[in-house]
Amino acid sequence: MNDNTSNVNNFNKFEDIQKEKFDFANKGEKLSDQKLDTKPISYFKDAFIRFSKNKASVAAAVIIALIVVYAFLVPLCTSSTKAALLDPYYSKKAPRIVALKEDLGIFDGGINIKYNERALIIELAKGVGAEFDSDDEDNIISLGESMDSYYQPVSSYEYYGVNAGNEDVYQSRTDAYLSQGFMYIQIEQSEYQNILDWQEETGLTILYPLIANNEYNPDTSNANYWYKMNSKLTPVSVDENDHVTKLSYSEDLVLQDNYMRNSEGQLVYYTYIGGGTTETAQYKVRILYYNYYIYNNGFEPEYLLGTDSSGYDLAYRMARGIQLSLLLAVSVSLINFVIGAVYGAIEGYYGGATDLILERVSDILGGIPFIVVATLFQMHLAAKVGGVVSLLFAFVLTGWLGTAYRVRTQFYRFKNEEYVMAARTLGARDRRIIWKHIFPNSLGTIITSSVLVIPGVIFSESMLSYLGIIKLGGSKITSLGTLLSDASSIWTTYPHLMVAPAVVISLLMICFNLFGNGLRDAFNPTLRGVEE
Amino acid sequence: MKGMTKYVLKRILLMLFTFFVIVTICFILIRMLPQELPQDVNLAAAIQARWEALGYDKPILVQYGIYLKNIVTEWDFGTSWKISLMKPATYVMGSRLLPTVLVNLYSLIFAIPLGIALGIYAAIRKNKWEDQIISVVIMLFVSVPSYVYAFIVQYLFYFKWHLVSQPTILSLADAGGTYFSWSMFVSMIPAVLALSFGEIAGLARFTRAELTETLTQDYMLLARTKGLTRSQATVRHALKNAMVPILPMIISSFIGILGGSMIIEQIFSIPGVGQLYILSINLLDYDVFMLDSIFYTFIGLLAGIVVDISYGFIDPRIRMGEK
Repeated sequence: MNDNTSNVNNFNKFEDIQKEKFDFANKGEKLSDQKLDTKPISYFKDAFIRFSKNKASVAAAVIIALIVVYAFLVPLCTSSTKAALLDPYYSKKAPRIVALKEDLGIFDGGINIKYNERALIIELAKGVGAEFDSDDEDNIISLGESMDSYYQPVSSYEYYGVNAGNEDVYQSRTDAYLSQGFMYIQIEQSEYQNILDWQEETGLTILYPLIANNEYNPDTSNANYWYKMNSKLTPVSVDENDHVTKLSYSEDLVLQDNYMRNSEGQLVYYTYIGGGTTETAQYKVRILYYNYYIYNNGFEPEYLLGTDSSGYDLAYRMARGIQLSLLLAVSVSLINFVIGAVYGAIEGYYGGATDLILERVSDILGGIPFIVVATLFQMHLAAKVGGVVSLLFAFVLTGWLGTAYRVRTQFYRFKNEEYVMAARTLGARDRRIIWKHIFPNSLGTIITSSVLVIPGVIFSESMLSYLGIIKLGGSKITSLGTLLSDASSIWTTYPHLMVAPAVVISLLMICFNLFGNGLRDAFNPTLRGVEE
Repeated sequence: MKGMTKYVLKRILLMLFTFFVIVTICFILIRMLPQELPQDVNLAAAIQARWEALGYDKPILVQYGIYLKNIVTEWDFGTSWKISLMKPATYVMGSRLLPTVLVNLYSLIFAIPLGIALGIYAAIRKNKWEDQIISVVIMLFVSVPSYVYAFIVQYLFYFKWHLVSQPTILSLADAGGTYFSWSMFVSMIPAVLALSFGEIAGLARFTRAELTETLTQDYMLLARTKGLTRSQATVRHALKNAMVPILPMIISSFIGILGGSMIIEQIFSIPGVGQLYILSINLLDYDVFMLDSIFYTFIGLLAGIVVDISYGFIDPRIRMGEK
């Protein structure tokens, strides 16, 4: 009221001023805000700048990116034959890359084994036997010469000491793939012809002469005992008078072969053991498994991370496992993000009775131990929708509770702010206020918590599959936990089975935690150092 | 204090309600699973008779009524058919509590002082190299899954250093028939260590965060101004206040020792409740599975409520849920 009277008074005061003296203040000028000299920085850009200053988090993000690239690139690079390859003999073998083995001596498919003298000779003899030349059958190379052979399983060995039985012991590095050596198999005649053609074409030898069935062959089922030995597997030499001499190890030792020869003194490569007379005839032959593998598959046995306990390529299996973990974790995180945001927003915004009822629901869901949820879902749903989907359901059922709780807290914090009141006064509806005005404020917290869900899911998934509660061990799909659980009883003998999956899962967990912490600090600098 | 009693009562009632709903859901879901009779005719007849007494041919809600009635009147949670034949489920479970509790108790006794000490040290030396090393180690141990360092511990203790006679814990017979013998204790050490690392790291991280916050408070400045030395001020003021959230966490850990860790029990073959859970799923021993689920649910709820209530007792300023 006072304002009115004073206005009137002022008006009266200036009554006498002439009209001409008035001028428009801004006539002809365009009125606008001054343009900012610097570029405006949005909330997300600001957070990004802060994030990139955090070295640990950036490093973590890079490592995650590398693991993702690995997980999706390796299956693309692996031929479908190799991915599905389940070799019965080459399981649990160590990492092996031929080029690296020859040039650098790493990835040699090697394991460290100690041999006594007899065992060392048996092992070295595999290399000698593989170099056998049927055109020059009397010329058998010595053990020392055989070290240059491509098929020599022992890549290096040295004298180690004496064992309890007073025998010499040698420490060796042995290529586990070549150590498979020779074996007997049964093939059809047509297959035999194919192998002969293949040998002609490639110059590699698969078929080796059979071993004689006499007193110098103590174990007729073992195709590696091609030289004369006594019943204790010690190599012997036999002269024309059937006089037997024991041979002892030296580099120059030349073993005496014990191949099967027919009445004309020629080497025998197969025996007929049944079947028809023509193409279906069954032959027993003695093969060098390494070359037979190449004949079957078209490539040498090369495995970046070795083979797993059932004989699959471990590098490929791991890529599949990581894929599963990541896809599961990211979809859980996204679904949780949506459900948690909506649920938390409704709880926080409306409060009161709505909040009370919804809180009870989430109390109940949160009270069921996750392991029980996962088990029940597995038992009820896995047969119908598959293990992965039922696991996804289990994660989704209770996973969003954390996000919802955070969103609810944020909504309680922001819903009574002045700008929300202003928006409501201007007639904004609830939905608009929730999503346009309050939600963006809590977005940083929600994104952070969604990212931190990922390591939790990866861990739970690997734990459940490790314990065997969920079973993901098919030929197409596997999980890191399954790989670890397969390795758990044999990993001291085959450490590579355990090391690679354990390292990858630890790296994933560490990096996602660092990444999430970095995001939290970036979105909310005041929270730095505070643990949630 | 009257408000406190009312608050505690309210929390307990709410917890019981939640517990009841969860048990109901679990019961229905487990009873809906197909059950099979064994091949053995006599055994099958015995099981059939027992099932009829429990009303297996009646609707599920009636079955649930019988189940609840048996619990209330006879403390009968059903019978184990596979794990130990015809024994009550409560007996099967009860016989497995001790190993779980022992291993977890040893690990807590080891982990709590160490975790808190590390956390305090890191907080006092904040942003110095000691703190940075501790923080990195904590980050590693919090993130790396427990089974990975279980394998490392197993490898070092058994295969490398030969400190224990076998990779898993001794069986009861080998250890002289009791879980309290010295040889049993020694064989438990790898499992105890594997359990401790995560606990130590978690506790150290929490203590460090809480203590760094209290160390920067105004009352610390006042304490120094009135003449206390730095250590006096830290122990009497900062630590005391930092303990407010740490103590409930420790209390909940002590309740958690009943549940144990499934994966550690599996790796070290500890015959505890976690292993029982896996066994009951693999053998489809439903009554044991049901009891184990109830047990885990109860422990989880109990830990939550004890934490909330102990907050109120430890720090009168906090009365959660009071308006």
